[in-house]
Amino acid sequence: MCLKQVPAKDAPLRLAADQRSIREDVAFEINEPDAFALETGLRLKEAHGGEVAAITVGPARASQALREALAKGADRAIHVTGDDAPRLDPYAAAEAITRAIAGEKFDLILTGLQSDDAGFGQTGVIVAELQGAPHATIIMQIEPAGADRVRVKRELEGGFFQFVELPTPAVLTIQSGISKIRYATLMGIKQAKNKPLTTVTLEEIGVNPSLNRQVVEKLFAPVKSKGTTMIEGGAKEQAAKLADILRHQIRL
Amino acid sequence: MNLVVIETKSAGKLNPASLETIAAARELGAPVAAVLLEAEETPLAAELARQGVERVLVARHPALARYSPDVWVQSLVQVIGHAQPKRVLLPHSYQVRDFAPQLATRMAAPLIADVIGFQGEGFVRPMYQGKWSAEVRAANPETIVFATIQIGAFRGQPAAGTAAPIELVTVSPSPSLLTAEAPFQEAKQAVDLSQAAIIVAAGRGIKEPKNLELVKQLADALGGELAASRPICDSGWLPMDRQIGSSGQTVAPKLYVAVGISGAIQHLVGMKGSRTIVAINKDPEAPIFEVADYGVVGNLFEVVPELVRALESSPA
Repeated sequence: MCLKQVPAKDAPLRLAADQRSIREDVAFEINEPDAFALETGLRLKEAHGGEVAAITVGPARASQALREALAKGADRAIHVTGDDAPRLDPYAAAEAITRAIAGEKFDLILTGLQSDDAGFGQTGVIVAELQGAPHATIIMQIEPAGADRVRVKRELEGGFFQFVELPTPAVLTIQSGISKIRYATLMGIKQAKNKPLTTVTLEEIGVNPSLNRQVVEKLFAPVKSKGTTMIEGGAKEQAAKLADILRHQIRL
Repeated sequence: MNLVVIETKSAGKLNPASLETIAAARELGAPVAAVLLEAEETPLAAELARQGVERVLVARHPALARYSPDVWVQSLVQVIGHAQPKRVLLPHSYQVRDFAPQLATRMAAPLIADVIGFQGEGFVRPMYQGKWSAEVRAANPETIVFATIQIGAFRGQPAAGTAAPIELVTVSPSPSLLTAEAPFQEAKQAVDLSQAAIIVAAGRGIKEPKNLELVKQLADALGGELAASRPICDSGWLPMDRQIGSSGQTVAPKLYVAVGISGAIQHLVGMKGSRTIVAINKDPEAPIFEVADYGVVGNLFEVVPELVRALESSPA
């Protein structure tokens, strides 16, 4: 299962000197959508056996996210590390994952839907393309469907869902909120210290930002979209004014 | 030439997001061609031909009866190879998010996702959950660029132009590796909120499930649909299919009334394209007021009943 370490939810995000990225001096955590993917992987293992390996592409700090995954129950972890990692676009990140696991055999590769930082929402699907494996996104539920097949429930738009069957190995991106994420136990944290965490450098696998197909030129504060008319007065007065606006200006 | 990939709804109608994507493409200046994938001939191509596009490309194949990412990617690779566009724009829908990264990667091109505007050769997209905007461009200016257009970022307007020529493009996708069953709705009362003209949404500020009734009364008085932000649906106070936001539905109604919603970015991305936004919240600093046209700072438990009374006493 692939996960990313991102700035913690309440972290103040200030521009770095390059105007293209965010300063690194904040707290980091496992990207929440990926935490749901990890939880899904752990539950699949509990129900059907097998092994869960966690992989991340990130600078040195990201090993903490892998330690956490191991403490929660992952069996082993792979850290694709390098200072350039935060500057990789989704294609280059997917290349890094694919090259780092070359030669390994997985039944399922799970990721979150998107990251809460860059929010590209593409890395999982691109990993599938690079592996030549089928994929399905926004998954709510996974069940085995005979040998080397899974049946998954996808969320569509407008309150619709769909069951899809696909052969393994396959890549699935997991919808957030589908399960309750577990906490690491003290025992788990202790055991994690003895679980294998292998490190591969971006340099070793020949991945760097020159592979990027898209470039973030600069970050800037979002343009405030509107001038808001504030409606003053007591509750009754506010309600009367608003009813008038709704009736006449918006012409319901 | 720039290409727009059209998404259809299951009922054989255009997804309104497709018209928004055409509007976005027209802003780029170059001629716009629309691509329609369909299993058999429908009136959709003729309808599209009048939406202010230069050309409609139709790929017709029995395998296109039901969406599957691999079949869509193979077909679009053929259409794009035929049309040789500079850019390919797609609506940022769930379906597009499922196949577009694969399509772009197969064509050795970037996919710039969730675009809200253009800046020269660059694209503007939100990052860090909307806390920052980014200007993003293709690393190689020679490649074709794929971009998905955020729902509600551009105003789709049915154009009354003359009919553009329609051209059939041959596609030959191999059978899908996936077996996709028919889409279904889980909750009986499931509504497609994206089609609602008026939406009244409740947030954490309503405090208790019984206070939903208050918001429901306002929705009834306005003749609108009831919706909510994520915490309300996560708590089970309203079914998930009434959730607005990045993990729920994206809407752009004529009127959106936010009651007790602070306006976290995950909610804002789902509704900020609404034509008129009214926010009622006790906190004057709440981010919802940044996107609201009309703001009421006050106690919703007093304002909402008064508003219902005022609306009912002299209906529109």
